[in-house]
Amino acid sequence: MESSTKMHTKGLDFYYNDAQALYDISLEFPQNRVTALIGPSGCGKSTFLRCLNRMNDLIPKTRAKGEIMLENMDVFDPALDVVSLRRRVGMVFQKPNPFPKTIFENIAYGMRVNGVRDKALIAERVETSLRQAAIWEEVKDRLNESALGLSGGQQQRLCIARALAVEPEVLLMDEPASALDPIATQKIEELIISLSKALTIIIVTHNMQQAARVSDITAFFYMGKLIEVNNTDTLFTKPELKQTEDYITGRFG
Amino acid sequence: MNRRNIVQTIGFVLLRSAALINGTALAVIVWFMVSRGWRAISWSFLTQAPTDSMTRGGILPCIVGTVCLMGIAVAVALPVGVASAIYLNEYAAQGTFVRIIRLGINNLAGVPSVVFGLFGLAFFCIILKMGVSILAGGLTLGLMTLPVIIGTSEEALKSVPQTYREASLGLGATKWQTIYRVVLPSAFPGIITGGILGLSRAAGETAPIMYTGAVFFTPDLPGSLFDAVMALPYHIYVLATAGTNIAATRPLQYGTALVLILLVFGMNLGAIILRTRIRKKMRL
Repeated sequence: MESSTKMHTKGLDFYYNDAQALYDISLEFPQNRVTALIGPSGCGKSTFLRCLNRMNDLIPKTRAKGEIMLENMDVFDPALDVVSLRRRVGMVFQKPNPFPKTIFENIAYGMRVNGVRDKALIAERVETSLRQAAIWEEVKDRLNESALGLSGGQQQRLCIARALAVEPEVLLMDEPASALDPIATQKIEELIISLSKALTIIIVTHNMQQAARVSDITAFFYMGKLIEVNNTDTLFTKPELKQTEDYITGRFG
Repeated sequence: MNRRNIVQTIGFVLLRSAALINGTALAVIVWFMVSRGWRAISWSFLTQAPTDSMTRGGILPCIVGTVCLMGIAVAVALPVGVASAIYLNEYAAQGTFVRIIRLGINNLAGVPSVVFGLFGLAFFCIILKMGVSILAGGLTLGLMTLPVIIGTSEEALKSVPQTYREASLGLGATKWQTIYRVVLPSAFPGIITGGILGLSRAAGETAPIMYTGAVFFTPDLPGSLFDAVMALPYHIYVLATAGTNIAATRPLQYGTALVLILLVFGMNLGAIILRTRIRKKMRL
C-alpha cells in the first residue's frame, strides 16, 4: 500500500552550541502512517523530532542546517510564521503536561489562541477531540473540573485530545507512554493506531516492542546519525546492518 | 548512641533554637505593642484628627495618608515590576545586557531608604514640580518597592513549568498568548504575594516619605494627589521625637504603632488568603 510523502527532511544537521547532535538526516514520512524513531538515549531522536515543529527554537544557541519540508512548506523559511507550522504539526510530550485549567479549557485552548470564537463550534470540537482520544466517556461529566485531577494516563490522553483539537495534519509524539503504567500505555498505543487513519504520526520511543506494535516504518538512530530505516516488520525481522540487529536484539543500548 | 546521632541531635537543637528565637522576637514585639497600645485605640482614635497640638484626638489623617501613599506605590510598582520581570524572564536573550539590568536591580534593592527619600525630593518634588505630595511620596515608595516586586515576580515566573510553555507553543499559540494565558495565571499567586509583602514593608518606611509626601501635621484629609498627608510611621516618629509633650503622648505613640502593625499584618494576611484561594481554584 503506497502512500504519498507528507513530510521529509534532507541533509539535516543540528547543533547545540558547537556540538553537533544530528548528522545529515534524510528521512521521509508517508501520509497517514506511523513512523517510529528508535535508538539509545542521547542518539538524537528527540532532537530530530523537535526540529520538525521547530520546538528547538526555544533553546538558545542552537542551529539547524539542511531542509525540512511539510508538503510544500519550507519549515526553515525565515519568512515562515512558526505559529502556522505548529498549527499543522502538533506535539505530545513525554510527561503529560495539561494546563492548570479545566478539562474543557485545556481542549479549547488551541482553538481559542487560533482565533476560534464560535462557542458551539468549540464545544462540538472539544467533544470530538475527547472522543478521538478515547477519553470522552471518562470525563464527560467533569468537563469543568481541573485537568490536574486526572490520572497520569488520562492526562496524557487529554494532551493528545488537546493536540487533536487544532486539527493538525502531523502529530509528533515524544515517548508519550514512557511515564505511564502498562494499562495506560496499551490505551495510548491503541489510540495511536486508530489516529493514524487520519493523521501522519511520528513517534519517538525507547520501547522496541512498542515501536513494533504501533508503527509502519521504523528508523534507527545512533550517535546523531540515521543508521537504518525500513518497514517495521522488515527492520525487526531482517535488519540490514549488524548495528541495528545488535540494538533491537538488546545487545546494547 | 553513636557519634553520628549525637551530631544530628545537636544540629537539630540548634536549628530549632534559631527558629524559636525568630518566633519569640515577633511575639515579644507584638505583646509589647498590644499591651501598651490597645488602651489608646478606640473608635474616635481611628476616626478623628489629632487635636490640642497632637496630644489628643485620633490618627485618621495618618491612616488615610498611608493608605493613599500605598495606593500610588502599588499602582506604579506592580505593573512596572511585573512587566520588567516578564521581559527579563520570558523575552530577553540572556546576555550582557540583561546581566547589567539585573545588577542594576539588585543594587537598587540595596540602596538605603533615606537615599530614596532624597532622590524623591530632588526628582519628583523639585524637578518634576510635584511638591511634597501623595504623588511624589507614593512614587518614591513605589520605586523603592520595585526591586522586591521584580525579584518575586521573576521567581514566580521561573516556577512555572517549562512544559506549560512548550505545550502552549506546540498548539500554535504565540509567545504573548502563552505568557498571557498560561504563564501569568500560573505565576499570579506568587506575584501577588511578593507584591503585597514588598508593599507592607514599604508601608512602615519613614525615610522615603518624610521629604516627599508626609508632613508634620495637617488635620484635613487629602483632596487631591498633590496634597501632602500625614502618615503612620512618620507620625510615630514625630510624636516620639518632636512632639509638644512627648511623655504625655506615649499612649498615642503606642496606639499608632499598633495600628501600623495591624495594617501590615492585615495586608500579609490578605496576601496569604488570596494565594490560597487562587491555588485552590487552579488545584496547583
